[in-house]
Amino acid sequence: MSCLPDPRLPTGPLATAWRRTRDGLPLISPLRKRQLRIVVVGSGLAGSAAAASLAEQGYQVQLVTFHDSPRRAHSVAAQGGINAAKNYANDGDSVERLFADTLKGGDFRAREAGCYRLAEISGAIIDQCVAQGVPFAREYGGTLANRNFGGSQVSRTFYARGQTGQQLLYGAYQALMRQVAAGRVELLTRREMLELVTLDGVARGVVCRNLLSGELETYTANAVVLASGGYTNVYYLSTNALKSNASAIWRAHLEGALFANPCFTQIHPTCIPSGDAYQSKLTLMSESLRNDGRVWLPLKAGDRRPPDQIPEAERDYFLERQYPSYGNMVPRDVASRRARELCDGGHGVGQGGRSVYLDFHDAIASQGSEIIETRYGNLFEMYQRITGVDPMAAPMRIYPAPHYTMGGLWVDYHLMSSIPGLFVLGEANFSEHGANRLGASALMQGLADGYFIAPATVTAWLAEQGATAIGPDDPAVREACLEAGQRAQGRIEALLAVAGTRPVDSFHRALGQLMLEHCGIIRSAAGLQAGLAAVAELEAQFQRDLRVPGGAHEPNGELEKALRLSDFFGLAQLMLRDALAREESCGAHFREEHQSSGGEAVRDDQHFAHIAAWEHRPGAAPIRHQEPLSFSLLQPSTRNYQ
Amino acid sequence: MSGLISLTLRIWRQRSPESPGAYASYRLERVSADLSLLEALDLLNEQLISAGERPVGFEHDCREGICGSCGFLVNGQAHGPQAATTVCQLYLRRFNDGDTLVLAPWQAKAFPPIQDLVVDRSALDRLIEAGGFCSVNTGNAPDANAILVGRDQAASAFETATCIGCGACVASCRNASASLFVAAKLAHLAQLPQGQPERAARAEAMQQQMGREGFGSCSSQLECEAVCPKQISADWISWMHGERRRAAGSGG
Repeated sequence: MSCLPDPRLPTGPLATAWRRTRDGLPLISPLRKRQLRIVVVGSGLAGSAAAASLAEQGYQVQLVTFHDSPRRAHSVAAQGGINAAKNYANDGDSVERLFADTLKGGDFRAREAGCYRLAEISGAIIDQCVAQGVPFAREYGGTLANRNFGGSQVSRTFYARGQTGQQLLYGAYQALMRQVAAGRVELLTRREMLELVTLDGVARGVVCRNLLSGELETYTANAVVLASGGYTNVYYLSTNALKSNASAIWRAHLEGALFANPCFTQIHPTCIPSGDAYQSKLTLMSESLRNDGRVWLPLKAGDRRPPDQIPEAERDYFLERQYPSYGNMVPRDVASRRARELCDGGHGVGQGGRSVYLDFHDAIASQGSEIIETRYGNLFEMYQRITGVDPMAAPMRIYPAPHYTMGGLWVDYHLMSSIPGLFVLGEANFSEHGANRLGASALMQGLADGYFIAPATVTAWLAEQGATAIGPDDPAVREACLEAGQRAQGRIEALLAVAGTRPVDSFHRALGQLMLEHCGIIRSAAGLQAGLAAVAELEAQFQRDLRVPGGAHEPNGELEKALRLSDFFGLAQLMLRDALAREESCGAHFREEHQSSGGEAVRDDQHFAHIAAWEHRPGAAPIRHQEPLSFSLLQPSTRNYQ
Repeated sequence: MSGLISLTLRIWRQRSPESPGAYASYRLERVSADLSLLEALDLLNEQLISAGERPVGFEHDCREGICGSCGFLVNGQAHGPQAATTVCQLYLRRFNDGDTLVLAPWQAKAFPPIQDLVVDRSALDRLIEAGGFCSVNTGNAPDANAILVGRDQAASAFETATCIGCGACVASCRNASASLFVAAKLAHLAQLPQGQPERAARAEAMQQQMGREGFGSCSSQLECEAVCPKQISADWISWMHGERRRAAGSGG
């Protein structure tokens, strides 16, 4: 690998680009499909949807998940909703508007063709999910209900209370289990992918650790699909499930897959703030709460009075003040930054002054407590359980937290990585969100990739290989598997051999602190340089002083965590490098050297209207490739939410 | 802030399915009452690792009450003493300073032990595999609004669809029955137009699978409802029995 592969972007009008592409893709006869094997890694929305859809087509599919059941994948935790350009609300929505909001929301750092396709497919996703029995919220007349989400001026978000991700995942999971019952999907639970198997630069399978026996197992295939989610747990405290990790994509990166835009990490503005040092989690409070909740802080810095003793005139509803058009519904990066600035200025409330109020008092007064409770009941309960405070009686306290990674493995328009035969879906790829993901668009992308795009493009790639291509059972493939297995074995033995004094979590907490400090809501050249040195030093300590109890051939949660953390160290350094190289502010990536006098992000379209795709080089600094971005339907403009 | 708390944890330790298990006692001294119980176990595990001992195995992931990974008995109660709460959302402030908590794994024939507090719940997946789905292939579904579903009907379907498959209902039933889990899935799909074509066959197949997996019959004790973190009503179990009669009547 020495250059960027062709992104295979469609030419001609965007409105028909995906249809033209899809119609031009080669097909495979049902009889031949039965002889082809596909391994899917990950059982979230993208992985389960892809595995189910590919199996429906007739392929032999093996699904690898580290969970005990596919139903536990982190997609289950998505609360707010899923966008679709159905215009059921008759408020002027259209595919073009959803496309525009997606591209603009991502601060023009995503591909136009991908964003258009996502908007175009969105309607079919809702149809598919409803047909599966996903119980979306309904109006009294029986039609689907919609609500508004951050960064949008129309109501296009479909939802199932605050558990939309759960219901969509169960729909995909059930479709998957139907295929398991039909014998077309082999479910491989409690396995974690440790290595990608390649032969002559083509993906041929994966090496997994069986988390119960500790045995290393290889699964060979005609194509490999990675749908292993995002990597926000590099920050330790995040909204992600604790086991979410970067190992699958990082191992693929080390095998030659380019890693795109690693520094684009969304910091979600509405999370329950951190408290105790042993807190393991920052729980997300759905963005939908900002439909009715008003965000404020005391006008006077250092004001320690309880919220009910601070009169209206002494409150600063800062988002409404700074962004009169969008108010509390400004996009996530903007809301997060403004909260952080005021907290840095001493206006913050709660422990260490690291939170802001999200107040439902006015909504309760105007709409009644019953309506607000019906709308947000389960979120309020969750907040109360965690904090011990009832948000119906006192304002919630919220603070930004690492939430979603827009970066990931580079893929072309067919969702194929720079390793032929390796497809990457959902949050694991860098895809359509640009520098900042709009609310309610992650679920949309996962399902678009899994249900509709990968089944067409994986088939096309397999068709192009022809019947004479090297198959998964070829002796050369077996040899490659052996080598990959030895790599995994070597890593496990090395970690167990350290025999130091510090548990893996203590290193992970330290890494998270460094990343939050140096590569969080606000970044600077000096901070990023310092971060690079500090992470390298911490990694060296990890290699010297880690203690992993137990052995390799038994359930060993500490070994699992150590393997994941060893990969996070490499990724963290790439994130810092990427943030350092991107000398502009865009979306979630805010470099303090690049801001307007009013503190808004200043993008540099002349030099940075591109995707940064990093190439790994063993023992040397990675190479940064650039894929230029061009726009035809919508020209880059400065984001303005005022 | 709720202050500091000291606890004794008596935890079931079992290295492997074949090895014998026994309770072991541990002390947590003056830890924050704002920690969740799983965070307290994290802390305990760090202490054990530092002391050269094997950490306690327990399932967890999202730690916000939705993935269904976590779950064990706390003083004999599935997910502990707080209603409508998974064990990951059980905070130490719920307990008193000096309390002893006994932590034990789910105990059911259909849930074989793995290690410490971890058991194998894959039987629940096989129940879904038996028919807990709508048979619809990807693509070409009709427009979503072509299928009208009344608001209350959709809300009721949602209430049953919200089951997280944690297994607390099984663990708390004296017969280790999965009736609430199965009833919830049957009710979710049968309350929607999309679920009608396979309604009878689904009811039959899922209930038969329960027996094959080694789950017992409903004990009618309603413990399942009491411990369900998603508050799914045991009334759906009665409804499920009616579904089976209905299926038998329809020949399905």
